[in-house]
Amino acid sequence: MLNIIWGSMLVVAIVYGIFLGDIESLNEAFLDSSSEAVSLCITMLGIMSFWMGIMEIARKGGVLVHLAKFMKPLLVKIFPGIRDNDKALEYIAANFAANIMGLGWAATPLGLKAMKELKKCNNREDGVASDEMCSFLVINISSLQLVPVTIIAYRNQYGSVNPTAIIGPAIIVSGISTIVAIIFCLIMTGRGAGK
Amino acid sequence: MSVFQYISGYIMPLMILYIVVSGIVHKVKIYDEFVSGAKEALGVVRNICPVLVGLLVATGLLRKSGFLEMLVSLVAPLFEYIGFPEEVLPLIVIKMFSSSAATGLLVDLYKEFGTDSYIGMMSSICLASSETIFYTMTIYYSYVGISKTRWTLPGALLSTLTGTVAAWLVCGM
Repeated sequence: MLNIIWGSMLVVAIVYGIFLGDIESLNEAFLDSSSEAVSLCITMLGIMSFWMGIMEIARKGGVLVHLAKFMKPLLVKIFPGIRDNDKALEYIAANFAANIMGLGWAATPLGLKAMKELKKCNNREDGVASDEMCSFLVINISSLQLVPVTIIAYRNQYGSVNPTAIIGPAIIVSGISTIVAIIFCLIMTGRGAGK
Repeated sequence: MSVFQYISGYIMPLMILYIVVSGIVHKVKIYDEFVSGAKEALGVVRNICPVLVGLLVATGLLRKSGFLEMLVSLVAPLFEYIGFPEEVLPLIVIKMFSSSAATGLLVDLYKEFGTDSYIGMMSSICLASSETIFYTMTIYYSYVGISKTRWTLPGALLSTLTGTVAAWLVCGM
């Protein structure tokens, strides 16, 4: 899937750029984008090192266990396959919690660890995503954030009279999209189980 | 400084404080654990780096070649017809690929229409309640070596579409 998407992105962009677009900026894009990726990685390395260290303390200190226990009733409904995988439940619970609180940088390493746990109990063939992996990503992408801090900061910076006016609507909107995402995942997971 | 910005400034420090204190209470060797956890980050980022280069170059090419603009202008009349503000459309499409590019566009819209205008509000809400689909999918799936993503993309697109329609309706109220 990703092979096809990535390939068509490149082919379409280059062909379009050559015939209808701007060849100069096309050439620029190769250089700019690849160095942007590396500088993003360097930023990421610092923040991620810190959060992965803190999360290790959280795991050993039992914070993640508490969080997972609290969210378990909901989580096992969405992820029936990991009922007995405590580690996966812990990481997923912590990832959702970090996302809800707007700690995106803390959420990513937790999410990656959750994926690794999900991989261990994936009984499909190599390279095929399990129902739990699909659900985890779809819900992640539906955006669970309560207070969109960065957007509020931008609104403030660009002269909004009431930068926080979007909090209410944003909660409603991301609530709706998250509920739809969860329903979709339940339907898809249920369909697979019936077969 | 609004109350929410004020409160959210405390979230991260308090989280860290809570985790560290509960580590001390449970007699965890906190610094040793911190270092052993932090060590893993290098491996994670080393895995992510080539993936990010591939994705950002592909996204950058799509944008810089003018293809995305063309795509948006192609479907814009349809959206105009149903009353959806076409100015917000590029934002939603680009947010699927790259968060930084979307933020750049958001700032442009703020400057052009004002942060508190209908378009300013709607684009704020759209960005606040959506995620970068392709970025998230590539990073997470390539980390565990998954190439067949099954119904992840349809699900993600459905939730983004729902969010967009919801934002549109909420702003219209």
